[in-house]
Amino acid sequence: MSPAVDAAEVRRRTRELLAAHPPATTGRTDFLKARFDAGLAWVHYPQGLGGLDAPRSLQQAVDAELAAADAPDNDPRRIGIGLGMAAPTILGYGTDEQKRRFLRPLWVGEEVWCQLFSEPGAGSDLAALATRAVRDGDDWVVDGQKVWTSSAHAARWAILIARTDPDLPKHRGISYFICDMTDPGVDVRPLRQITGEAEFNEVFLSGVRIPDSHRLGPVGEGWKVAQTTLMNERVSIGGSRIPREGGMIGPVSRTWRERPELRTHGTHQRLLTLWVEAEVARLTGERLRQQLVAGQPGPEGSGMKLAFARLNQEISGLEVELLGDEGLLYGDWTMVRPELVDFTGRDAGYRYLRSKGNSIEGGTSEVLLNIVAERVLGLPAEPRNDKDVAWKDLSR
Amino acid sequence: MTAPAQPPATPDLLYSQDEEDLRSAVRALLADRADAPTVIVAAESATPYDQGLWEALATGIGAAGLLVPEKLGGQGASHREAAVVLEELGRTVAPAPYLTSSVVATETLLALTGTGGITPAGDSGPAAALLAELASGSRTAVLAVPFATPPGGAQAALAALDGTVQGIADAAVADVLLVPTAEGLYAVGATAPGVAVEPLVPLDLTRPLAALTLSGAAGTPLAGPDASATAVRRGLLAGAGLLASEQLGIAEWCLAETVRYTRERHQFNRPVGSFQALKHRMAQLWLEVVSARAAARNAADALATGSPDAPLAVAVAQAYCSGVAVHAAEECVQLHGGIGMTWEHPAHLYLKRAKADSIAYGTAGRHREAVAELAELPAP
Repeated sequence: MSPAVDAAEVRRRTRELLAAHPPATTGRTDFLKARFDAGLAWVHYPQGLGGLDAPRSLQQAVDAELAAADAPDNDPRRIGIGLGMAAPTILGYGTDEQKRRFLRPLWVGEEVWCQLFSEPGAGSDLAALATRAVRDGDDWVVDGQKVWTSSAHAARWAILIARTDPDLPKHRGISYFICDMTDPGVDVRPLRQITGEAEFNEVFLSGVRIPDSHRLGPVGEGWKVAQTTLMNERVSIGGSRIPREGGMIGPVSRTWRERPELRTHGTHQRLLTLWVEAEVARLTGERLRQQLVAGQPGPEGSGMKLAFARLNQEISGLEVELLGDEGLLYGDWTMVRPELVDFTGRDAGYRYLRSKGNSIEGGTSEVLLNIVAERVLGLPAEPRNDKDVAWKDLSR
Repeated sequence: MTAPAQPPATPDLLYSQDEEDLRSAVRALLADRADAPTVIVAAESATPYDQGLWEALATGIGAAGLLVPEKLGGQGASHREAAVVLEELGRTVAPAPYLTSSVVATETLLALTGTGGITPAGDSGPAAALLAELASGSRTAVLAVPFATPPGGAQAALAALDGTVQGIADAAVADVLLVPTAEGLYAVGATAPGVAVEPLVPLDLTRPLAALTLSGAAGTPLAGPDASATAVRRGLLAGAGLLASEQLGIAEWCLAETVRYTRERHQFNRPVGSFQALKHRMAQLWLEVVSARAAARNAADALATGSPDAPLAVAVAQAYCSGVAVHAAEECVQLHGGIGMTWEHPAHLYLKRAKADSIAYGTAGRHREAVAELAELPAP
């Protein structure tokens, strides 16, 4: 860590960037490239890879300066998987060449990433995956099927886990790769969901050739590498303050205030209970954020997703009911492929249906409760009979 | 009526090093003098309060005067520090008149000394003199209103110094009773002529209740009717807000003890804590406890900074933390199995305290009504 980099120094560098590349006259992509090259993309990353080897907390100073100057950001929502999952994994396990090749276009948003982890037969039991990668000279040949893959239709690259040794127990025979989504063996098919939209995809992999230079981490250590990805998936909270009524409680509270004719005593009691819980969840997130800034990360992050999933579902369920006649209607069942999940900009029916995914995606609530119980509370694991048996001998 | 009022400032939801030091001191004292067997024996005795423990806490550690400015004889700390003391008292359900005397009665008197800008009575009146005694721990006082009174429901129970007030927490051990009447607020000595304090049988053995009957009693007038009502509301608001920290402490103990027990207790040739059905319940409780901590810290910080958001922060904390403490205590009893139902195991003390606390200073329902008003979510 370079001792010279403090809040004043990152502010100075940010102003220097803004002076050399005024946002008003610089193209969006050019500005983002210049920002990356100045080490102000993610200041805690190494120098030369978009960072300054600085404490993560200093990013706030950069972001505040840039926001004040109306500079473009890299639209973290659109490149969320690359930013939140691929990047930390490449940083942790990639070769120097991989880091140089992939991190800059990823951060700038020139290359979108997706995640080829889940399979129809391996969701929560992710290590049971059956997609095979077989060594062939300098390449690996991959065959299998992935599912629940958001952004696959827009992605240039994917992080992929595949089985490289079926004779080993399931956690030990997995390797981790970077997959080129333009390979002719990659077939992306929209997967229409409960909302009518195709936000996710199925991805069929047939004879996909991945050069060994696109492997991340040693052969057979893919599960360990995947843990880095999965940890980062669940630590997306913590960046910025959430305002009061900032989440799903906002629209339903506004409806309550603006339309007195919809109010009933029963819905009032439920609304107040959920309003209090949403406010407490906001405060819990704020406390977690303060812990991160103070350099004392707490385990609360593991639980926040659980809380928000349940709240989103209960609040949106109440909202549909509160709307009465209008709750019987739905905005649009036409199949579209949205770029973003937009909870607050859509109607209540959509929110109700889409929020059902919140307790499934990124780890089901049941699995997250196990993680809290075992890793935070230290409760014993359930007895398991799949840890020492070769993957090929497990019943599927 | 379209946007909610945003909090005026970002609350500090962490603990400072000073607060952690205070916690260590209180925890060490309570571990030494108020372990579970001691608390059970004391609860069944005629003197539920251990005077030595109270002196060590109030005077030795200086906890009684945390809310009182130094110029009035206190420590000049804040609700944030008092909240930490209450977390530890909740964790041990130790019988001590801290919440009632050092928080509610003290805060009520503070409102009368000009500290809250309500009545410029100054630092030299009878309220200030009594404050100094409470801050030093040499005397204790309670506000003579039923323990269930919410901050917004603090109308005077008596027309004058005559009549009966039911269900006053810690009245049996208080030296002074602060009696709000239609004529104003009076300080009445517990042993003065015309004062009868009759102990009641409480649900919560570790916080005694009593009925106060006044018949021709004399008292020292502290404030007129308006200032009295304002001061009582402020006292009860601080009590409700910091009660959330006691509830947090209760829930923390219940969860920690349940986790410890279910890791050790074997049934079906496995630790019972390895069964997913039980693990999920404890993980859910953990989530409630960390959420309760954020809510309780927020209330303590809003009170400490005199934030205009304090009434809402307190209502949110009470509406949430009451349920968490009760849930944790109920799960503690259930997941301990048969032993959880026994008198010897302390789980019942926590269940009784948690349930009584869920009524104290207003039920969750009463606090949700306050939220409805403050967040502009009116009833039909």
